[in-house]
Amino acid sequence: MTATSADSKRVGGVERPPRLRPRRSYFGWIGILPFLLFSTAFLLGPAAILFFRSFQSNEGGFTLANYQQLTDPQVLQSYGLSLRISFVTALVGGVFGFLLAWAVIFGGLPRFFRSLLTTFSGVASNFAGVPLAAAFIFTLGRIGLVTALFGFFGLELYDTDFSLYNFWGLTVVYMFFQFPLMVLTITPALEGLKREWREASENLGASSWEYWRYIALPVLMPSVLGTIILLFGNAFGAHATAYALTGGTLRLATILIGAQISGDVLQNQGLGYAVAMGMVVIMGLSIAVYTVLQRRAERWLG
Amino acid sequence: MSFLVLEHVRKEFGGNAAVEDFNLSVEAGEFVSFLGPSGCGKTTTLRMIAGFEQPTSGGIRLNGADITYARPNQRNVGMVFQSYALFPNMTVAQNVGFGLKLKKVDKSAVRSKVEELLGLIHMDDKGQNYPHELSGGQQQRVALARALAISPQVLLLDEPLSALDAKIRDELRNEIKRIQRQLSITTIYVTHDQEEAMALSDRVVVMSKGVMEQVGPPFQIYNFPETAFVASFVGKLNRIDGNVVDSGLGTVRSGVVSLRTTSEFQAPSGAAVTLMVRPEELELGESEENQVQGVVESINFLGAIVRVRLDTPTGQLTADLFNERLLKLPEVGDTVTMSFPAHACWVMPAGAS
Amino acid sequence: MTVTAPPVVLEAPSAHPDSEIKAGQGSKIFAWLIIVAGILYFFTPLVATGERAFRAIGGVFSFEAFRRILTDPGFVDTFGASVINAVLTIVVSLLVIVPTAYWVTLKVPKLRSVIEFITLLPFVIPAVVLVFGLIRMYSRPPLAILSSRESTRVVLICAYAALSFPYMYRSVDNGLRSINVRTLTEAAQSLGASWPTILWRVIFPNLRVALLSGALLTFAIVIGELTVALYLGQQTFGPYMANLVRNFVAEPAALTILSFGLTWGAMGLISYLTRRKPGRRRLRRQAVGAR
Repeated sequence: MTATSADSKRVGGVERPPRLRPRRSYFGWIGILPFLLFSTAFLLGPAAILFFRSFQSNEGGFTLANYQQLTDPQVLQSYGLSLRISFVTALVGGVFGFLLAWAVIFGGLPRFFRSLLTTFSGVASNFAGVPLAAAFIFTLGRIGLVTALFGFFGLELYDTDFSLYNFWGLTVVYMFFQFPLMVLTITPALEGLKREWREASENLGASSWEYWRYIALPVLMPSVLGTIILLFGNAFGAHATAYALTGGTLRLATILIGAQISGDVLQNQGLGYAVAMGMVVIMGLSIAVYTVLQRRAERWLG
Repeated sequence: MSFLVLEHVRKEFGGNAAVEDFNLSVEAGEFVSFLGPSGCGKTTTLRMIAGFEQPTSGGIRLNGADITYARPNQRNVGMVFQSYALFPNMTVAQNVGFGLKLKKVDKSAVRSKVEELLGLIHMDDKGQNYPHELSGGQQQRVALARALAISPQVLLLDEPLSALDAKIRDELRNEIKRIQRQLSITTIYVTHDQEEAMALSDRVVVMSKGVMEQVGPPFQIYNFPETAFVASFVGKLNRIDGNVVDSGLGTVRSGVVSLRTTSEFQAPSGAAVTLMVRPEELELGESEENQVQGVVESINFLGAIVRVRLDTPTGQLTADLFNERLLKLPEVGDTVTMSFPAHACWVMPAGAS
Repeated sequence: MTVTAPPVVLEAPSAHPDSEIKAGQGSKIFAWLIIVAGILYFFTPLVATGERAFRAIGGVFSFEAFRRILTDPGFVDTFGASVINAVLTIVVSLLVIVPTAYWVTLKVPKLRSVIEFITLLPFVIPAVVLVFGLIRMYSRPPLAILSSRESTRVVLICAYAALSFPYMYRSVDNGLRSINVRTLTEAAQSLGASWPTILWRVIFPNLRVALLSGALLTFAIVIGELTVALYLGQQTFGPYMANLVRNFVAEPAALTILSFGLTWGAMGLISYLTRRKPGRRRLRRQAVGAR
């Protein structure tokens, strides 16, 4: 199709043909309609309901009172506990997971460890929930194997502050899926480190440590940070493991919401919705930050 | 006393020899290319000079010091990689200055050296850009500046132009030569492009399957190849199979055609040999020496060169004729005679690849 | 099978200065320490569980616990129900995701970000919040779907399908990208194939590995899922097992081993399948299951 000079625009002295507008810009949406409907029915809808109800007072009118009541001590304690455990497991999980991935890729270990770690990480990250809780009860519970082992050497675990069913116990359990998630997510980034960067740095006089400090770690930092935030969100939204382990005695935010579903433990329906929304906000923030950091990482490593 | 010496360098990978008995003495300021097809060992040898591979046996000496097993970060050689390998988290200026920063050179000295090098590569205003904002050619120039910043004793380049477009390749090739001359820096250049190697180098090392086939200036390699591999890898080649008539007189018979060469060779009468001659040495027309008759199979007008392919009883011949406006070309299908002087050809044992 | 290996940097012969070897050794020791620590951490719980599972009351190695659990009607019912749920979830998920992914890739690539956003939702809306919303949405008229057990089960399966979107979509998307859908479709069209034919004979077979990976992952996750099933009052494997753990007998250990074996089997299969095709973009296995 030739453009006459009357039709085409002169942009900066260069003839450009007239722009063709896509004729069927709304037609495309039809194809994804089933998907949209399904998502609305089972994802967006439920979320929306909670969203709108959180602004509803018991009488049915609009109110912000539910959000104001988020300072209820019960709620604050739950959020605090969840935030703390998420923070700790994200940090420790991130660091040790990173070291695990580094060890099998760059540590000079036999090749076999690498595929073992990858496959195992795939399993372990999905092993969470009841089976995981059960396994740790058999390990560190009151009559667990390791507990008995410590007792054999004279250290009665449960005479100390330690308990599988409190904050630190749960932290240990959460690591079982946090480490693997870090390994799985950071492995592509580690593999993306080009061998030539290392060689170029050595060529210019850098030692192994200087390479990591000035090049490898800075390049990996967006990925590492992003994944730690992913781990944070992962722990924050976790429910099944804690439930199976403690039955609800350890009042995490997710456990609180679960209890609210079974009965009105907060003495205020609206507050329950606000708590749920608060959780969604925190999760949403964490995945937004993660996405941004991943984009940055891909730009350097891609 | 040569500046860079490789003696009997050998590299094996799992029982296979990637490099066999490599011997080379490079003078200070010399530009040497390693030329050969993929897998010939040229990159492996370069990496041994850089320190990224260790020789299985043999030694490497740089300016008198034995660097055979020295760590790569202690050799003070500058390397430019095919994939540029610029550090993505650093600006151009930071990349170039990285080697100096590691040596704890003070900041103002680093800055002035970086400026000087950016001027050398004509990228003065790009100091604050990041690698991903630059084109391939620009990145490679920065890589070159980065390697030069540490004032290396030897500059090593591993197929630096392979990843670039043809036009950029030409420009950058001249840049590299200009800079090398200006700094008088000893340079080793690895490439599979024979035109590149010959245009840039003082000497060329032609390699095949781990073996050094020939070392010499480009003119020597091209016109006086010592092995059949060198003859066919560098430039185009015509081969005429035949049998020796008299090696003292340099006469060879191919079918019904008598040919003569002034190049010396030793072989008994009747031995099977191949006579080799470059396409540009062939001319249209008869002559007293060496004429071959054949049917024109194709004529390709390439601009400055006209390439004529001839089907002869002894195989296909290619002739490269210089273009002239009044040139009278034969037609496809014509029977023509082409000839070449006796001093333009040479003889090698038959069956050499 | 002989393979031409790429040049591997071999260990240098002993004629090398010590400094070279020591530097490598330092980080190697550290790497071994890390890996040993990791192995200890990961395998101890499994060993402890195994010890419990294979031990009967007498303290002798035995399969008694396994025998008891596999014949327990509670197990058979709930595990069977979970298997059926898992299969149905996979079917629903595939039916929604595959045509959508195909459509988006082919016709409206710009909408890809919309789809990807929605597939991120299961992470933003964790299971417990989702089931909260589902209950509030569907327990009162006009959407009183949660009134009967059967219809609740439908909601459960659909919720699981929705929760599987992130990795199901990513799996299918990776698969489509790696087979260059557009070219294949155009080639098929130029040869005269109709749409159903294209989908069935050209696209599906090439996506087999991707689909299997997504399906296996979904299966592993649905089988043991607790949160949604619990609050929807469904008698599936997750709540059953949670109940057993509370009562603390030998059975949970055997169940745990079974569960682990199942998950490992599924993941192992995925690894095996995806390894067969080199150059395939790695499926990032985000854990979206019961946690």
